[in-house]
Amino acid sequence: MNIQRQDFRREGDAPAEPFIPARNPLEFFQRDRDMHPPAYAPIYKTSVNRSPRKALLSLEQSLSEVTGPVFGHNDIGILDNDLIKNYAKTGDPIGERIIVHGQVLDECRRPVPHTLVEFWQANAAGRYRHKKDTYLAPIDPNFGGCGRTLTDENGYYFFRTVKPGPYPWRNYVNSWRPAHIHFSLFGSGFAQRLITQMYFEGDPLIKICPIVHTIPDEEAINRLVAPLDINAAVPHDCLTYRFDIVLRGRRSTLFENRLEGN
Amino acid sequence: MTQALGYLKETASQTAGPYVHIGLIPHMAGFDIFQNNFGNVLVGAQTKGEHIVIEGRVLDGTGTPVRDALLEIWQANAAGRYNHPADRQNKPLDDGFRGWGRTGAEFDTGLYRFETVKPGKVPGRDGRMMAPHINFWVVARGINIGLSTRMYFADEAEANTADPILNAIEQEVRRGTLVAQRSSRGGKTVYTFDIVLQGDNETVFFDI
Repeated sequence: MNIQRQDFRREGDAPAEPFIPARNPLEFFQRDRDMHPPAYAPIYKTSVNRSPRKALLSLEQSLSEVTGPVFGHNDIGILDNDLIKNYAKTGDPIGERIIVHGQVLDECRRPVPHTLVEFWQANAAGRYRHKKDTYLAPIDPNFGGCGRTLTDENGYYFFRTVKPGPYPWRNYVNSWRPAHIHFSLFGSGFAQRLITQMYFEGDPLIKICPIVHTIPDEEAINRLVAPLDINAAVPHDCLTYRFDIVLRGRRSTLFENRLEGN
Repeated sequence: MTQALGYLKETASQTAGPYVHIGLIPHMAGFDIFQNNFGNVLVGAQTKGEHIVIEGRVLDGTGTPVRDALLEIWQANAAGRYNHPADRQNKPLDDGFRGWGRTGAEFDTGLYRFETVKPGKVPGRDGRMMAPHINFWVVARGINIGLSTRMYFADEAEANTADPILNAIEQEVRRGTLVAQRSSRGGKTVYTFDIVLQGDNETVFFDI
């Protein structure tokens, strides 16, 4: 049987094109704000006066949002991912020697390669090398407390440091931060920009920390807690914790990958 | 039961905290550690375009300057092209102009400052041109998830009137919160852009 396909196009219409499910393949998935902390979280008192109260304007992404800064090896120095050595003056810093490693992925489980990861932390006594930190615990003359690295082609990163100590802060009279390391991530577009904190498995302060509990979703909190990765420890040298980080996914993964390095 | 979609969930945001300067701008925290610091000067003498200074303050809900804020900007070059592989417009890149900068508010005054060039126009989603703008991202102690906004230029009134993002702000009275005023000081063009976190004049922030 000869089936005649009907053609609804009129003279002068554009030629037929194949159906493509996404016209803006570079755009990121909508952020799921239900598992991020809300701006206004009164258990964290400083957020009260620093939280926008009007609705955010939902912006369909343009080039301004899907692009972002690109970093390379020229931006960082060889000791930047070694906090044991990058500020050592008279010897190594005091504290438990640890490696932190992990993979930066997007929500589609794709590695995020060659992206800048920055980290900062208190020293082993819970004191930051910062002119605004007045906690009575001592500064360590051999510890700066910051570093950075680029993920490799598979999204992996690692750095060496000492385990940070917990410290008191002014929220309630007796508030203490669990041991944590701050992380800053870029991804490949400015809409993926993220700052978060990594906590350590087994720390009893996690469950009573107001900043941790600005996050309304228990599973999302658990994903910030790095397990001990004994298989990756260096015998007689360093323990290792594993912290994987997930950035927003991109629609391009629905079909063809059109952006190099995306 | 259904099949599992298998997506991962984005890692939750946490505040950058009071000591964000240590990690991201250690020279402002009071010590020297990296060979190369990221800073607030995006341009060199050879960078093409109109050289400008942007300065302002981040203000909390009581009108008090947020003196520990950290700000980043991301922008196109003077020709209107982003230095990123996804921008495939047929416009020139400017060697050495990354288009990104970072700074902290001054601890005593709360003032921040960038030195850059005025960006050209970039097309929006539907191909219509957006008015020249600079993308801002603000974090600080007490900010639980980074705040995204844009700065537009007061002397681009015609382009601003046609800009699809400014027009998407329903309350016309709020559009001005994204427009920086131009002035001249010591031979330099200065745009003043205050960011108000909360209150009657709250800056328009985006969910991007």
